[in-house]
Amino acid sequence: MKKQLLVIGNGMVGQHFIEQFLEMADRDHWDITVLGEEPHAAYDRVHLSEYFERGQAEDLLLADPAFYSGNQIRLRLGEPVTQVNTQTKTVVTAQAEYPYDQLVLATGSYPFVPPIAGKDQEHCLVYRTLEDLDAIKASAEGVTRGIVVGGGLLGLEAAHALTKLGLEAAVVEFAPRLMPVQLDAEAGRLLRQKIEDLGVRVHTEKATQLIRPGDEHRLCMEFSDDSKLETDLIVFSAGIRPQDALGREAGLTLGERGGILVDNHCRTSDPNIYAIGECAVWNNQHFGLVAPGYQMARTAAAALNGDASLTFTGADMSTKLKLLGVDVGSIGDAHVTTPGAQTYRYLNEIDGIYYKLVVSEDNRKLLGAILVGDNAPYDTLLQYALNGIDLPEQPEALILPSNAGGPPSLGADALPDEASICSCHNVTKGDIREAMNDGIMNLADLKAGTKASTGCGGCAAMLKTVFEHELESRGVSVDRSLCEHFAYTRQELFHLVRVEEIHSFDELLEKHGKGGGCEICKPTVASILASCWNEHVHEEPHVSLQDTNDTFMANMQKNGTYSVVPRIPGGEITPEMLIKIGEVGKKYRLYTKITGGQRIDLFGATLDELPLIWEELVAAGFETGHAYGKSLRTVKSCVGNTWCRYGVQDSVSMAIYLENRYKGLRSPHKIKMAVSGCTRECAEAQSKDIGVIATENGWNLFVCGNGGMRPRHADLFATDLSDEELIATIDRVLMFYVRTGDRLQRTSVWLENLEGGLDYLKEVVLADSLGIGCELETQMQQLVDTYQCEWKTAIEDPEKRKRFRSYVNADEPRRARIQLVEERGQLIPARDITEEEVA
Amino acid sequence: MNTAHQQVAQWHPVCSLEDLVPDSGVVAWLDAQPVALFWLPEQEPQVYALSHYDPLGRAEVLAHGLICESEGEWSVASPLYKQHYRLHDGRCLDDEKVSVRTWPVRLVAGKVEAYY
Repeated sequence: MKKQLLVIGNGMVGQHFIEQFLEMADRDHWDITVLGEEPHAAYDRVHLSEYFERGQAEDLLLADPAFYSGNQIRLRLGEPVTQVNTQTKTVVTAQAEYPYDQLVLATGSYPFVPPIAGKDQEHCLVYRTLEDLDAIKASAEGVTRGIVVGGGLLGLEAAHALTKLGLEAAVVEFAPRLMPVQLDAEAGRLLRQKIEDLGVRVHTEKATQLIRPGDEHRLCMEFSDDSKLETDLIVFSAGIRPQDALGREAGLTLGERGGILVDNHCRTSDPNIYAIGECAVWNNQHFGLVAPGYQMARTAAAALNGDASLTFTGADMSTKLKLLGVDVGSIGDAHVTTPGAQTYRYLNEIDGIYYKLVVSEDNRKLLGAILVGDNAPYDTLLQYALNGIDLPEQPEALILPSNAGGPPSLGADALPDEASICSCHNVTKGDIREAMNDGIMNLADLKAGTKASTGCGGCAAMLKTVFEHELESRGVSVDRSLCEHFAYTRQELFHLVRVEEIHSFDELLEKHGKGGGCEICKPTVASILASCWNEHVHEEPHVSLQDTNDTFMANMQKNGTYSVVPRIPGGEITPEMLIKIGEVGKKYRLYTKITGGQRIDLFGATLDELPLIWEELVAAGFETGHAYGKSLRTVKSCVGNTWCRYGVQDSVSMAIYLENRYKGLRSPHKIKMAVSGCTRECAEAQSKDIGVIATENGWNLFVCGNGGMRPRHADLFATDLSDEELIATIDRVLMFYVRTGDRLQRTSVWLENLEGGLDYLKEVVLADSLGIGCELETQMQQLVDTYQCEWKTAIEDPEKRKRFRSYVNADEPRRARIQLVEERGQLIPARDITEEEVA
Repeated sequence: MNTAHQQVAQWHPVCSLEDLVPDSGVVAWLDAQPVALFWLPEQEPQVYALSHYDPLGRAEVLAHGLICESEGEWSVASPLYKQHYRLHDGRCLDDEKVSVRTWPVRLVAGKVEAYY
């Protein structure tokens, strides 16, 4: 008989518990039921405000919907539990009664709403669930002003969400400063200044006494100092309280200030009931962060499987986050409560940066820290604090700007094995070493294998450092040379070509390489030269560098013939042009197929036929489609507001414009784009390198998505852009990719490997942090201005056409030697019947 | 039995040097089959002749591969699956059981000649 495991709550911690439990448990022994109060399966509450940008709850889901059925988990959503009966070991909902052998409470917390008169009227809201966000969005419709009560971490997140809805947002805080739990007065002042610079008004030391109907706006808030503020909606975000009602009614022991009391194994006062996450308190401490919740989930899962070695004995409450784009970090004893502790402080009002170090009396250990404005030193400081590593002679060096470019980072070898690298998934340096001892030798497998850096992602840079250090200590030199001929990365070669104005492979090889080149460096350098100087691939110095497909401007197929893809910008084509393609296909007996990129591929052409085919296509007005190049392929589009009743912008015109602008751009790998005319996203833009989705106010830009072998959902990069802003932003993103991407690295992998990730890319492109924005745009414009249809140029030049002879000394048509058979009315390569003979 | 007429091997004119592409390959028809001719102006010998047929990709493609150098040895990378064939003897560097036929070639007064 299987035991019944019942989990109440399907939030982030409840979900993590299930995943941990599945890993540890013998599934034959357990039936698992999960009861969730919300109608959605577990979603990422940490990134809740992204819901306003993406508009789809699915994007925030933590698990694939197939996860539950695939693991035989009974998931009941929208079914709140009304009672837990510890005597009969049953749980009651409005719909049913469920028996349990073991019960896990992961009911989370609820928003605390201060007892203010008038707090229950319409447009007084909270910020916790997707439903709350829907309510806020509905309330914000057609009005202009919103106020958040609470200047803590969640309150500022809520204010951010209001600005995303286009509201003029203000924050009202009872304490004298923002984030009073994490920050000191100086840090709070700086944060306030930065947030006010972003257009969010901050009112501190305000105690709300009454909320009543307003005169000019819907509501009016009256404060104890007799001041007033009018607003259209109010969001309460003044802290959270453990959702402990079920436990209380079931008679479980609670903490002094609420919360279900648990022991070191997360067991409650009833031995068959566990409590984890924000509904629980340990040692009368409440942990309102996701990482400690995950630790509790792991501990309870282990205990349920008879493993008492894991314990929960408190957690580090350090936090690092970006609030309204402002870096804020708080580590350990930020408020200097340890006896004898002393501080180092750095304040830079020009750039808006504040750092504080709290050190032990003997100046040897880091006890705590506060950071505002730039979190760069956070990872290093956290390691010092968590692992009790001895501070350097002059600890202030850790926070002072150094001319060498940033504070000295803590070497990976200084970390002990117990050092926690990823606190979300509790991965230590020792775990990483162990995984590498088991043979994992690349970063992507390491992340997949250990889950390190797959939670909040804050430890990505630290993980990479540890990984590379471990590789080196194993004698694996981290060789980033392109190939044996160049001891440089593609990015370094790109830099050399531009700075030294090198125009040929031979020149680059002579100055910076050795030997004769190979199939890796030749096409890479050819691509770099094309990105920089945009000369025809058939120009004398470049002709021998190109991959076969680039050489003949067609795609070689398995039998040595080529396929031809004319450009059809945006997938829009007139009947006349369509007929012309048909005529050419018929004349040269080409196999014809519609591609995934909204164009037409013609297969089976021989070398000598290529210029003849293109003569006809160019005469009809077609251009090369670059299907053969590491360059822009197509810009897919839906029909947009031209025809579609849902369309809000002209997606076809935008797609055609983008395709014509970026056609011919040579890049580290192929580039695909799409433009959708509304949020229904029929062009599937979120699976493209560059995805554009129309909004009522302009365009949302998504970057670095991918379909194919390793699908990646594109990241939202900027919203409501005008046509001009959209083009300038794409110019910058693409040119930065062209400059810094590795050989054959698609944008998706490029972004994942970019140190600092999406935030860094935004800083470079949107905030122009490197000061290269204009340069990137200028460089792109030069490429656009020097575009030529390679095929048109080739067929007009007898010298270039010579390259397309099947034989240099005979006129015998190549086609005669190719075996083709007919299938469904078209010619295809003869199926290989000699396979066995050859083998 | 219908035996082919046995010819004594000799040098045959193939094409002129201008028909070749520096540091790359072209296809010539000789010895009753397509043959890849590679011209490396800086090397000695300058011209190499290999079967155009790639036995691993099973198609006539080798002349259109990229020329590669590794530790002083020159080869062509097949455009289909990128195996390397050594220019001077046709040996496949990625699979020692495989090789392609080569022909002796020479340059005489701007003309390419092959011996078969």
